[in-house]
Amino acid sequence: MNSFTHPATWVHLDWVLLVVAGWLLIGLLGVAALRRLRLVAIVLFPAGAFLSVLLMAVALSAAFAAPETAVLPLGLPQLPFHLRLDSLSAFFLLLIGAVSAGVSAFAAGYFRHGEGTPPGLICLEYHLFLASIAMLVMADDAYVFMVMWETMALASFFLVMANHRIPEIRQAGYLYMLVAHVGALGILLCFGLLQANTGDYTFANMRAQQLTPFWGSVAFVLAVFGFGAKAGLLPLHAWLPEAHPAAPSPFSALMSGVMLKIALYGILRVSFDLLQTRIWWWGVLLMLVGLATALFGVVFSTVQVEMKRLLAYSSIENIGLMCAGMGLSLLFSAYEMHALSALALTAALYHMISHAFFKSLLFCSTGAVMHATGERSLGRLGGLIRYMPWVAWPTLVGVLACAGLPPFGGFVAEWLLLQSFLFTTGLPSSFLDMLVPVMAALIALIAALSGYTMVKYFGVVFLGQPREEKLSKARDAGAWERLGMMWLVTGCLLLGLLPNQTIALIEPVTRLLVHGGLTQTVNDSGWLLVPVHIDRASYAPAIFLLVVLASFGLSFLLVRRLYHGRLRRVPPWDCGHPWQTARMQDTAEGLGQPIRRIFDSFFRITRQLPTAFDAQPHYQVTLEDPLWYALYLPLARWVQRISDIVGLLQQGRIAVYLMYSFATLVVVLLLVKR
Amino acid sequence: MSALGIFSQLLALVTALLLAPLLSGWVNQWRHWLQNKSAPGVLQPYRMLHKLFNKESLMAEHASPLYRFAPYVIFSCMLLACAIIPTISTDLPLSPAADAIALVGLFALARVFISLAAMDIGTAFGSLGARREMLVGFLAEPALLMVLFCASMITRSTSLTTIVETLAHRDLMIYPSLLLAGVAFTMVSLAENARVPVDNPDTHLELTMIHEALILEYSARHLALLEWAASLKLFAYSCIGLALFFPWGVAEANAPLTLLMALPVLVFKLAAGGMLLAMIETASAKMRVFRVPEFLGTAFLLAVIGLLVNVLLGVG
Repeated sequence: MNSFTHPATWVHLDWVLLVVAGWLLIGLLGVAALRRLRLVAIVLFPAGAFLSVLLMAVALSAAFAAPETAVLPLGLPQLPFHLRLDSLSAFFLLLIGAVSAGVSAFAAGYFRHGEGTPPGLICLEYHLFLASIAMLVMADDAYVFMVMWETMALASFFLVMANHRIPEIRQAGYLYMLVAHVGALGILLCFGLLQANTGDYTFANMRAQQLTPFWGSVAFVLAVFGFGAKAGLLPLHAWLPEAHPAAPSPFSALMSGVMLKIALYGILRVSFDLLQTRIWWWGVLLMLVGLATALFGVVFSTVQVEMKRLLAYSSIENIGLMCAGMGLSLLFSAYEMHALSALALTAALYHMISHAFFKSLLFCSTGAVMHATGERSLGRLGGLIRYMPWVAWPTLVGVLACAGLPPFGGFVAEWLLLQSFLFTTGLPSSFLDMLVPVMAALIALIAALSGYTMVKYFGVVFLGQPREEKLSKARDAGAWERLGMMWLVTGCLLLGLLPNQTIALIEPVTRLLVHGGLTQTVNDSGWLLVPVHIDRASYAPAIFLLVVLASFGLSFLLVRRLYHGRLRRVPPWDCGHPWQTARMQDTAEGLGQPIRRIFDSFFRITRQLPTAFDAQPHYQVTLEDPLWYALYLPLARWVQRISDIVGLLQQGRIAVYLMYSFATLVVVLLLVKR
Repeated sequence: MSALGIFSQLLALVTALLLAPLLSGWVNQWRHWLQNKSAPGVLQPYRMLHKLFNKESLMAEHASPLYRFAPYVIFSCMLLACAIIPTISTDLPLSPAADAIALVGLFALARVFISLAAMDIGTAFGSLGARREMLVGFLAEPALLMVLFCASMITRSTSLTTIVETLAHRDLMIYPSLLLAGVAFTMVSLAENARVPVDNPDTHLELTMIHEALILEYSARHLALLEWAASLKLFAYSCIGLALFFPWGVAEANAPLTLLMALPVLVFKLAAGGMLLAMIETASAKMRVFRVPEFLGTAFLLAVIGLLVNVLLGVG
């Protein structure tokens, strides 16, 4: 039990509650200072960032501590809040704290006057969101879990709607809310099954229940459906590319970096912790859904022409890869192969934390670009590396990490994932033995495509010539924005260069969930990352980077020494073609064209071709999501039709309603009589 | 880390740096002979590098620092790649730092940098080249990874040195998966090294070039580094091919004297490989850019089939 007597006796959980209370206080202060932007920006958001750092420190220490529990006398009389801080919660608290510290610092410099919702209200929604997810990962009963889940959904809904005067944003917010509720329904039903008619909704009770394979499977599928709707798994991804661009950039960063991971936390909590049975096909299902999502996401992200939509689709891709790792881990776990299961889960968790850093960084950079230029379309940007170096260079780090290139964090995650997919022989089913390495091929393809996307993103936004006049007047990011981005860059670099230390943080989680860990092999090998055995595979990002830097420096010095360093600036040559203009560069559409052509069956393409007689020939191509037409619109029509039928009951006359009551009464009486 | 290990690591690096331009020259020489042209001589790449290093560098007015640094980054990546591939010895201290997957990542890093540099100036050809390079890359990269995985499945390792040691000591038998992987690898290396069916190293015809379009704006020392990096890449790919499919004659830690023999063996193998490359290039015609995805898709599928065959036959 926790005790609020003296700080010296406080356990980790109390400190986390203190941070949560602090965030709530900051939010309320924000409401008090509703329109005083300077106060909100200079005091409240930095204070929130400070609390995030505190949370990170607490979580770092809690990761290795024994689980702590507490019962808060909040909520309904018979339903207090049960909280529990175990290593899985600690890992996610660490992720929340580390990422939100950077994003809050960025947000301190981000918000401006006159952009929709007043700054004080944004401050409230933002910190309420943070507080609710911190409580969510500590929830130890379904009641507090659902309360926090809905608080998170509502706070994020209002943040998505921050610029609610724009109709598209209202639409995006509506869609987001709708999918969030459909998902919440799935989660609610899942918890209903997990408590197995005992009426006790604490997680401890759920762990004690032994569900039959059938009801266990139903609960698992419901969990994947419910949490998958929040994570953006296929086919419930439609809200994601709409909501991310609609939200203000710091919040897009939090949504993509943190909220999607929280949804995955839900899947992890239910399928690895609460459910006591594990069946092999659950893992295969999660893996297949994950890979389909990843491929879909990456193909769509390559053809996007709007910065944030591109990043949103890229998030779908990354979530898919994480799910694939989780699915593989579940598969191994079902067959009691603990070491391999731990490897796959480590890969997934590593990907979560590194994705949290680099994607938040990239979303922050889009925010800085949008503020400086007022543009969000890739077709009107370009050449910003010369005007906004403080944004461009951190973004380059984020881009390289997102493309899964060594020596950054994304590569370590992909490396571990490929390792776990590659060496699977020993599965009892030979069909699975065959299936899993083929999935490694798919992962390799997805990783390579994400490199394409990232080159497109960075190249079009920051390189080349500015596509508009006004871009040359773009102002670089302010001090707080720089600080926030630098924090996130540091995270990307550390995650890339210190894989063993990161895995040591992940290890308690894998021990808890799948009874296995990588620490033994990892600890013995110093700078080398050796997941299984030195003869099988090893990777040392620090040495890797050191060698590249050394040969960079040496070649630079030697060329200068042996020859010279003379350089003359001249107009670009371009094969001697004169009159180069910015419009002659490849556009974002142009860069997407090869993908459009190769993967044309993924898209619903409508083309308007000019005829030979057009005075002003015009070519237009629209790419749409086929699932929207195949699934969402028919579903919407059915809902409409059913509501129309139900609507017939609604007559608007009191006499009719009284008659309904009378009829109901008669029916009930008849039933009771019998 | 033994003294001999450090020595063989340095020897491997120096060999790569010195032999790589020679290999390019050798391939060129054979191509000219086979096509009935008079050849410039095998030493031409060295003369070219020397000339370029001496020249004054011309750079577009608005080029960013990224553009200036990129050649060094790419050169360093290729150098590291050559350092971790067991060319003459498997006793390489750097080898545990990066395995086969990291090697592919290293090539990808170089490709991303060269594409970004090409987009930096903002000319029509630069961005066109970048797009095509990434198009080739995103198909070739997984195919190469699959080829390496085929070998990894046989040897139960992704570490390049372990792969070579295990493959060199196996009984002489034909692995059907390696055969498929070999075909896939040949196709991938043609594409990755800007060779004829995919790209033409001699062309400056705007509509067909890929590699040349990327480095169009570079001059003098930067161009020299990029050319050197390109020949290092050809060298690295040749050595991967030799390591996977002809791993014999590479020195190992427990037999230091074989190091003496390893270098001549490597030169011999490279000379034969270069000739073969020239023959393939001469015998095939350049394909349209949009045939390239089919070509590389075939390579990718072949490698995946190789992987499947491996699992099915249960070799390893």
